[in-house]
Amino acid sequence: MKLHLKIWRQENKNSQGRFENYTLDDVSQDSSFLEMLDLLNEELTEKGDEPIAFDHDCREGICGMCSLVINGVAHGQNREPIKQVTVCQLHMRHFHDGETITIEPWRAQAFPALKDLIVDRTAFDIIIQAGGYVSVSTGGAAEASAIPVPKKDADVSMDAAACIGCGACVAACPNASAMLFTSAKITHLGILPQGQTERYQRVVDMVNAMDTAGFGGCTNMGECEAVCPKDISLDFIARMNGDLIKAALMGVS
Amino acid sequence: MVGIMSFPNTTIGKKVIMAISGVIWVGYLAMHMYGNLKIFGGATYFNHYAEGLRELGAPVFGHAHLLFVARIVFVGSIIAHVWAAITLNLRNKASRPVTYNQHQKLRASTATLTMIYGGVTIAVFIIYHLLHFTLGLLVHPDFDGQNAYHNVIVGFQSYAYIPAIIYLVALIALAFHLYHGTWSMFQTLGLNNKTYNNMIRSLAWAVAIVIPIGFAAVPLSVMFGILQ
Ligand code: HEM
Ligand code: FES
Repeated sequence: MKLHLKIWRQENKNSQGRFENYTLDDVSQDSSFLEMLDLLNEELTEKGDEPIAFDHDCREGICGMCSLVINGVAHGQNREPIKQVTVCQLHMRHFHDGETITIEPWRAQAFPALKDLIVDRTAFDIIIQAGGYVSVSTGGAAEASAIPVPKKDADVSMDAAACIGCGACVAACPNASAMLFTSAKITHLGILPQGQTERYQRVVDMVNAMDTAGFGGCTNMGECEAVCPKDISLDFIARMNGDLIKAALMGVS
Repeated sequence: MVGIMSFPNTTIGKKVIMAISGVIWVGYLAMHMYGNLKIFGGATYFNHYAEGLRELGAPVFGHAHLLFVARIVFVGSIIAHVWAAITLNLRNKASRPVTYNQHQKLRASTATLTMIYGGVTIAVFIIYHLLHFTLGLLVHPDFDGQNAYHNVIVGFQSYAYIPAIIYLVALIALAFHLYHGTWSMFQTLGLNNKTYNNMIRSLAWAVAIVIPIGFAAVPLSVMFGILQ
């Protein structure tokens, strides 16, 4: 298939970016979206041009590195019948011959642009550092089953822990809010018995880190949930809000 | 700042302020709508109700005392609500300085995307409404401080029904605001989850339909000559 690509190019974080148009012939329907970009980069390199920089690592949907807004959708997966996936799991058979595809980086104040399609997602690491840990007693390894965990809670915790921190929620949110990410990180620890020690301090600290990083607020639109490749639910946001209110009433600061 | 005193400074705290002030106003609107419908009982009945509001809480509270307290709560709530809405909205805009060339909305409803516009419409309307029926200034042709019934009928009949139409437009904005607001409030206060989500959605529909229709009954009845 033949494709027209409109791709954001930006030399470095200080330079002004712009869209460049490229045309690519003979793209296989079976190739992945990133393989299509690899093909373009090979052509660019052969011509002596600078290849397009984009983030990727595992290419199997688990590392959270790949991050492209395709035709206005984070991870580009607004095409029935495919379910939410990461860009690396998106295939060219979902596009048609002769299509024009617009590719942009995540856009948020808290995710400064680095080069072309790569943005700096350190803000997420800072949120995790603020409270993404639990206290444990040191010493000999404890019996794994010593702490009973209700099956239901373990399941919810696993659902929240599925978050790979790609940042699509921020990219899709009209307010560039990081509430879905932060709430997943708070819930996967906060719902387990092991996470109770810091439960209220955690929510206060992580929400503060989120606000300080310059993310917007949540207006409960659900755009984040719609693009999340890991099906993280808005329920976690409600839970985080509830925990923050409880923490405030308890006077945690 | 510590505890709930920190709410004005955090994104979630501001939303909590909006949710609580919002629910106070939903309660007020429900009462107000119910009160308005008494106009169908005739002039004496309606004016008696308007007078009765001043005796609210009697004999514990003196003449118009509880009404005064209620007014402070409602005015304070709306100021807090609007303040939080505007500061949050500015912050949200600033969170994405470089915008997308293309940005599709996959899930957000019209009601969700128009909260701020609906809110501003309501704010302008509240000022108009106060001038119209409470203060009787500028926009009312024949205001009589002792006769609420007369003020409503004449107020809606005058100026080729334009006031009545302004009310109806504001009520449409209110319906949208209440639809997203009612659901959103539960989410903000941490009271929503998979178990209750559908119930809360239904409640939001009910609130967004019943309150505006109850209010609209009065101007519509005047326009169609049912009330005169
Ligand atoms: C009749 C008066 C009003 C009622 C009953 C009302 C009710 C509500 C409710 C219940 C919410 C949901 C709060 C939440 O998500 O936690 C809300 C949100 C909102 N209100 Fe109002 N409101 C009223 C007037 C206004 C006014 C005058 C403005 C003016 C700017 C406004 C602007 C907003 C905005 C922008 C939101 C969205 C906040 C968000 O989703 O983040 N509202 N309102
Ligand atoms: S490259 Fe690892 S998730 Fe896409």
